[in-house]
Amino acid sequence: MSPSLTMFLGFIAITLWITWWAARKSSGSNAYFAAGRSLTAWQNGIAVAGDYMSAASFLGIAGIIAFQGYDGFMYSVGWLVAYLTVLLLVAEPLRNAGKYTMADVLAYRLSPRPVRGMGALSTLTVSTFYMIAQMVGAGALVSLLLKDTGIDYHTAVIGIGILMIVYVVFGGMLATTWVQIVKATLLMGGTLILSFLVLRHFDFDLGAFFDAIANVTHTDAQGNRVTQDFLTPGLRYAPPYGPLDLISLGMALIFGTAGLPHILVRFYTVPDARTARNSVVWAMLIIGTFYILTTFLGFGAATIVGRDFIASHGGTNMSAPLLAQALAGDLFFAFISAIAFATILAVVAGLTISASTSFAHDFWTNVLHHGRERREGEEVRVARITAFFVGAISIAIAIVLGPNANVAFLVALAFAVAASANLPVIVLSLFWRRFNTAGAVCGLATGLVSSLVLIVISPSIMKADALFPLENPGIVSIPLGFIGAVLGTLLRREPEAERKFTELSVRANTGLGAERAGAH
Amino acid sequence: MTRVPPSVDSDLTGVAGAATDVAPLGRHATKPAHELTADEEADVVDWDRIAALEEFKTLLAAKRKFIVPATVFFITYYFALPVLVGYAPQWMATKVLGAVNVAYLFALSQFFMAWIVALLYVRAAGRFDAMARAIVARFQPGGR
Repeated sequence: MSPSLTMFLGFIAITLWITWWAARKSSGSNAYFAAGRSLTAWQNGIAVAGDYMSAASFLGIAGIIAFQGYDGFMYSVGWLVAYLTVLLLVAEPLRNAGKYTMADVLAYRLSPRPVRGMGALSTLTVSTFYMIAQMVGAGALVSLLLKDTGIDYHTAVIGIGILMIVYVVFGGMLATTWVQIVKATLLMGGTLILSFLVLRHFDFDLGAFFDAIANVTHTDAQGNRVTQDFLTPGLRYAPPYGPLDLISLGMALIFGTAGLPHILVRFYTVPDARTARNSVVWAMLIIGTFYILTTFLGFGAATIVGRDFIASHGGTNMSAPLLAQALAGDLFFAFISAIAFATILAVVAGLTISASTSFAHDFWTNVLHHGRERREGEEVRVARITAFFVGAISIAIAIVLGPNANVAFLVALAFAVAASANLPVIVLSLFWRRFNTAGAVCGLATGLVSSLVLIVISPSIMKADALFPLENPGIVSIPLGFIGAVLGTLLRREPEAERKFTELSVRANTGLGAERAGAH
Repeated sequence: MTRVPPSVDSDLTGVAGAATDVAPLGRHATKPAHELTADEEADVVDWDRIAALEEFKTLLAAKRKFIVPATVFFITYYFALPVLVGYAPQWMATKVLGAVNVAYLFALSQFFMAWIVALLYVRAAGRFDAMARAIVARFQPGGR
């Protein structure tokens, strides 16, 4: 058995034990969907980091920096600064006014059935995009790593899918959270070691490291050997449209995080708004440290391994594992690869639980059955069944897709959809008294449709004959989401929504009447 | 709040949500305040009255005074990066420390900017918490 397989099996054993422990410990909706609301700030903070630092961060960013230098680092910056939006605007009101899902906050003062229906739809869309990226990352890893073990791409994807179903179906939010915590710890450990090894390679001389980055030699598209300064912007986003694309990417990143359903639901797992706030700060410390270290992962891969070698050994997404191999041999390569697997597994589990919670709580209970459980525990049962289907569908999508595009880029598209559809309605619903149901439905719909359409007619899908010149739709679709929400609101007045704004505002700012910890 | 299971041996009259905590009379009228269960109490908070309180308005104003400038600042600082990278590439490529250029240092500074804003917010939020607690203490249903 190869070392990477052994280490990965070790991780599986630990996580299955966690699932068994969580399944024995808890029952009831609060326990299943929100881990009993009893996590501490550091636990939830690490879990947020674990949920957030996906294959896109570890494999994708390292790859995008290794291939396109500084422009890739722009992803790292945006992904941290995004947490200020979460911290300042969204986390605390959400914790105080909601229950299990993003749509809870909208349904508070608006007509519940239409906004929950749309909310569930956009949650499922964002989660699917995110999931595709993770599965593509998994595929890239598997096709390179496990060649010698006789495990093919299909078997591995089915295996990952089944594990994620087991965590979510049996362990619920508590098991998912602890899987995230273990994974985040492993990921930070691996990243710190890898960064240390990169520094050691340059004899701990940062100047020498940056000199090397400024003189990276590789073969360009025409087959010529060229030397480029990888610290210079513009290798990916070149004129004429590059600058706009970069701004568009930035908008999607910093406004998208606060609209990601699987991140938002994490704030329901803590006892109160203060803990939610502190958990964001914990997450920012971990996430920020990680993204600063992507300097070493990405530029390390560019200088030590080289673009040409990576391109011929699995492509951009394999930069970090190949760097590990170049620096410390096969065993460390196996360790880093196992961490990448763990990363993917934990993130897909988080995505699955938020998607199935939204389906069960928003769509099944509240849209179809008018907010009443017909039988005790029905909502949890529906969520478990949904988790099974979400798993099965993503296995199918992953098998249809191959390991092609850069996963950081794919995830950025999920951020664009979240920023365009979810963020405008969340912010307006929390801060604008006049906002109403028509506005929420219009905002969600225009944001969702415009971002999806712009992605389809962008160069990423239509290549050279793209109708829209930018890879990132955010700069157009985010304002459209806001405009849709505002215009929809102005169509008619909804006195009930305006009246309830007072209640929402008092609840959000004081925590009166918020869901309590351990209230089963 | 703990819910005690009904038992014949103990007097549960004072426990909200206990089996005895049901008004035998007045099914059709509003229950007296001491007989409300916790769930019912959750809906009797007079939101409008709290919203009209001077303390509540002060809390909102204090929050706004921090959050609005902080948000404007971080969004401006953040977008300065892609804008400068996109439209002033020569200046951003200026080397400052050896091979390290303005673009990289500016990107790096974003991390510290985010951490500092977050820490300042947490400090300010400590004050907001105290103000909110004072309001809640007055209005917690039943005065508990």
